[in-house]
Amino acid sequence: MSATQEPVKSGAAGAAVFAGSDSRKYNYYDPKGRKATHYEDMTVDVQPDPKRYLLQDWIISFADGTPTYYEGWTQLKSSDWHKFRAVDQEWERTHYQRQSTIVGMLKNVIDNGRRSGAPARFDKAWVKVLQDHVGAYKHAEFGLGTSTMQAQRYGYTQMINNAILTNSSYKLRFAQDLTLYLGEIALDIDGFDLDAGKTHWLEDPIWQGTRKSIETIMGANDYLEQYFATNVIFEPLVGELFRSGFVMQMAAAQNDFISPAVVSAAEGDYERNLANTVELFSMLVQDQQHGEKNRQILVNWAQTHGALALEAAKQLQPIWSQPRVKVAQFADALEQAKNRLRAITAEIGFDARAVIGG
Amino acid sequence: MPDGLTLNKIVAQRGISIGEATRRVADLGWTPSYVQEAMTFPTDYKIKKSPRDPMKQVLRSYFPMQEEKDNRVYGALDAALRGDMFRNVEPRWVEWMKLFLAIIPFPEISAARSMAMVGRLAPGEELRTGFAMQMVDEFRHSTIQMNLKKWYMENYIDPAGFDITEAAFGRCYATTIGRQFAEGFVTGDAITSANVYLTVVAETAFTNTLFVAMPSEAARNGDYALPTVFLSVQSDESRHIGNGHSLLMSLINDPDNHQLLERDLKYAFWQNHAIVDAAVGTIVEYGTTNRDKNKESYAELWHRWIYEDYYRTYMLPLEKYGIKIHHDDVAAAWDRMVKKNYVHLTAQFFSVGWPVNFWRIEAQTERDFEWFEHKYPGWYAEFGDYWKWYAKLSTPGEKAILFNGDVGYVYPHRCWSCMVPCLIREDFVCDEVDGQIYTYCSEICRWTHKTAFAAEYEGRPTPAMGRFSGRREWETCYDGWDVADAIKDLGFVRSDGETLMPQPHLIFDDKKMWKLEHLRGDKLGSPLQNFRKLTPEAREAAVAEYRKGFKINPIN
Ligand SMILES: [Fe+2]
Ligand SMILES: [Fe+2]
Repeated sequence: MSATQEPVKSGAAGAAVFAGSDSRKYNYYDPKGRKATHYEDMTVDVQPDPKRYLLQDWIISFADGTPTYYEGWTQLKSSDWHKFRAVDQEWERTHYQRQSTIVGMLKNVIDNGRRSGAPARFDKAWVKVLQDHVGAYKHAEFGLGTSTMQAQRYGYTQMINNAILTNSSYKLRFAQDLTLYLGEIALDIDGFDLDAGKTHWLEDPIWQGTRKSIETIMGANDYLEQYFATNVIFEPLVGELFRSGFVMQMAAAQNDFISPAVVSAAEGDYERNLANTVELFSMLVQDQQHGEKNRQILVNWAQTHGALALEAAKQLQPIWSQPRVKVAQFADALEQAKNRLRAITAEIGFDARAVIGG
Repeated sequence: MPDGLTLNKIVAQRGISIGEATRRVADLGWTPSYVQEAMTFPTDYKIKKSPRDPMKQVLRSYFPMQEEKDNRVYGALDAALRGDMFRNVEPRWVEWMKLFLAIIPFPEISAARSMAMVGRLAPGEELRTGFAMQMVDEFRHSTIQMNLKKWYMENYIDPAGFDITEAAFGRCYATTIGRQFAEGFVTGDAITSANVYLTVVAETAFTNTLFVAMPSEAARNGDYALPTVFLSVQSDESRHIGNGHSLLMSLINDPDNHQLLERDLKYAFWQNHAIVDAAVGTIVEYGTTNRDKNKESYAELWHRWIYEDYYRTYMLPLEKYGIKIHHDDVAAAWDRMVKKNYVHLTAQFFSVGWPVNFWRIEAQTERDFEWFEHKYPGWYAEFGDYWKWYAKLSTPGEKAILFNGDVGYVYPHRCWSCMVPCLIREDFVCDEVDGQIYTYCSEICRWTHKTAFAAEYEGRPTPAMGRFSGRREWETCYDGWDVADAIKDLGFVRSDGETLMPQPHLIFDDKKMWKLEHLRGDKLGSPLQNFRKLTPEAREAAVAEYRKGFKINPIN
């Protein structure tokens, strides 16, 4: 050991001690919990804000003076948009892992099912249901995917926009899952018409309520209205109603064990999207300053989109009587959907009675 | 087993072809009839719906492919730690990553946001599917880069500067140019920003310098983490370039769009050059310790990638559609790179400003001089003395180079368009826009502000075009402040409350590090505010004086 100090040769942590040499955490934001999560480190403050660190303000604007990001892009208000954290804590790695696991699972189920000749054993009437109605429904999922793709441009923080972005990614994947699944079983089933689904989507009276409901969400100008109408209203009243209340319950009795597995992926996706959505809207309803006004806006949105979704759900009723073996009742499924909506809205902090009655 | 029968063939079954799959997926879209789609971000371009070639990829194969790429990246990061990468990494290099990685995640996520804008305008569902994949890619890029930065913070000798990264991004004078870049992707005319500025120019032309030149240099400095991440990022670019080109082709078929396309290609090329070459050029040339004379200089790389690959094989062919390509702009950019010292002047400016940075910049030394002179003949006469001054003034107690009158450096004006200062003095221009005086680094930057970002272009109304806004001259924010107070306000002070985050050297020893007290007493000022106070005659004289440039005083 020598008394004279050697110049530091290593660039590794701990090679020298000096002011700041142990500052090894992102320190510019308050974690939601006791410790910062990896998701928070990857996400918080990447989209800047003049109210936080954006010293020079936004430096480009739209022609009318609207800045690059603008709180006024939704009617809802928050005293601190930055408080929101996605419950699913998604960042790129977890997102690709999860999406990849799902498509791998689906590929196995479909390949093995087809290898064992399962599609040829599907009940005839059920095949027509898959062709016409699952074929139509895939467009609804796609509509929600493109609508959330649009919405992820408008949020005031990185956390909000990324939660909407992953929602979009899940919806678009599922729309494609259904498309490819139908395309594959069509190879094993004589006369399966792959164009029928879109025709039903565009023309069949059974689907027009759903299409109107989706187009209304796509057409909304308020990105949080889109996010709300998607996950709080449409998903429980129509999406889950059809996926769980119909396909997953009916399929097995028609000799079809593949479709429930395919559709179950969307239920898993929705649980995550819903958790994020509830977290965001309950934060806004509980806002000290703006909570009450926000709650009223949510009630208005719920009424508008609720009426459309309820009408859409009712128009789907005839589908329940099309399978040969009837193991589920529309009325039960609808009641369950309404209960689901009641639970979700209660969690957020408003009453669903205005939408679906007591 | 019979000949030719393999397990593969036994279990294989007929699937749908990729062509059929992409066609089916593209058919998911429809034209709404009950309610029209939400307000799109505006554009002055005309877009006709027309089917394009679908990209031969569906999400079912996309996600596993990307997950596999991720696995390789994260595996390599683990391996780098096991191999003790940081023991041998060059701190000169990693310090610049504090700047680079503060900037880049926001442009990346902005690219994701901009997919919303082109998604709604897509001339067909095939392309919308391509944009959706790009959106998820960009989410990947942004968060994988945040992860890399955190990894440096945890493992590199001096984490200060990484620890405040996004706060620094919002406040630093150097990151401003990155914000101009990112906001350019998402604000104003949707096609101008999300198609021409982002994809047709930034991704197609300049990602090579960002994501290929930078990794090569990282590897030469013992950093093999950055190459792993950025080459993985770059592997997504060809898909994005395809998206952009496809949308461009649908626009170019309508002659009515040509005028706007010419405007936007001109603006986007010039501003991408001004921003990317300033930042990446400086990092690659001045952040390295590798002085191998056989490696290509940034200028040589630029010639290969921007001039040969982009200008000659991508831009020029657009002429056959009747688009006027501004050859002179490309030549002017090249001149700035090789004759007018653009990169060297930027490095000089960043180093003059070291007290208000959040990373360390060490002096260039004799070894560096030799390489610069070899690659850029004449460099030594222009910059040799400057860097000797810089080294001499790097000890606390000296008067910081930013305020040191002995050096002869004249603090530059800021360009109102590209946000890089007006460093090539002879090209400095000013002009009046809406009754206010502004300064610019070049004639094209003046044109960009005054002519391109306006309500009308060559007599044609352009209601969708964006505007420059905000406190664009960073120096305005701290006009008249004591520099020590400004540094505190910026948050560029270490955890002891005294020692500066930036240092003009790489000495990791408290006794050699600058503190607030070493700088207190000097004031920052806004060149623009002062310039605006001048009478027209005095201003004209000031412009003439500025264009003459300055000479660094000899040092002995
Ligand atoms: Fe990217
Ligand atoms: Fe400029």
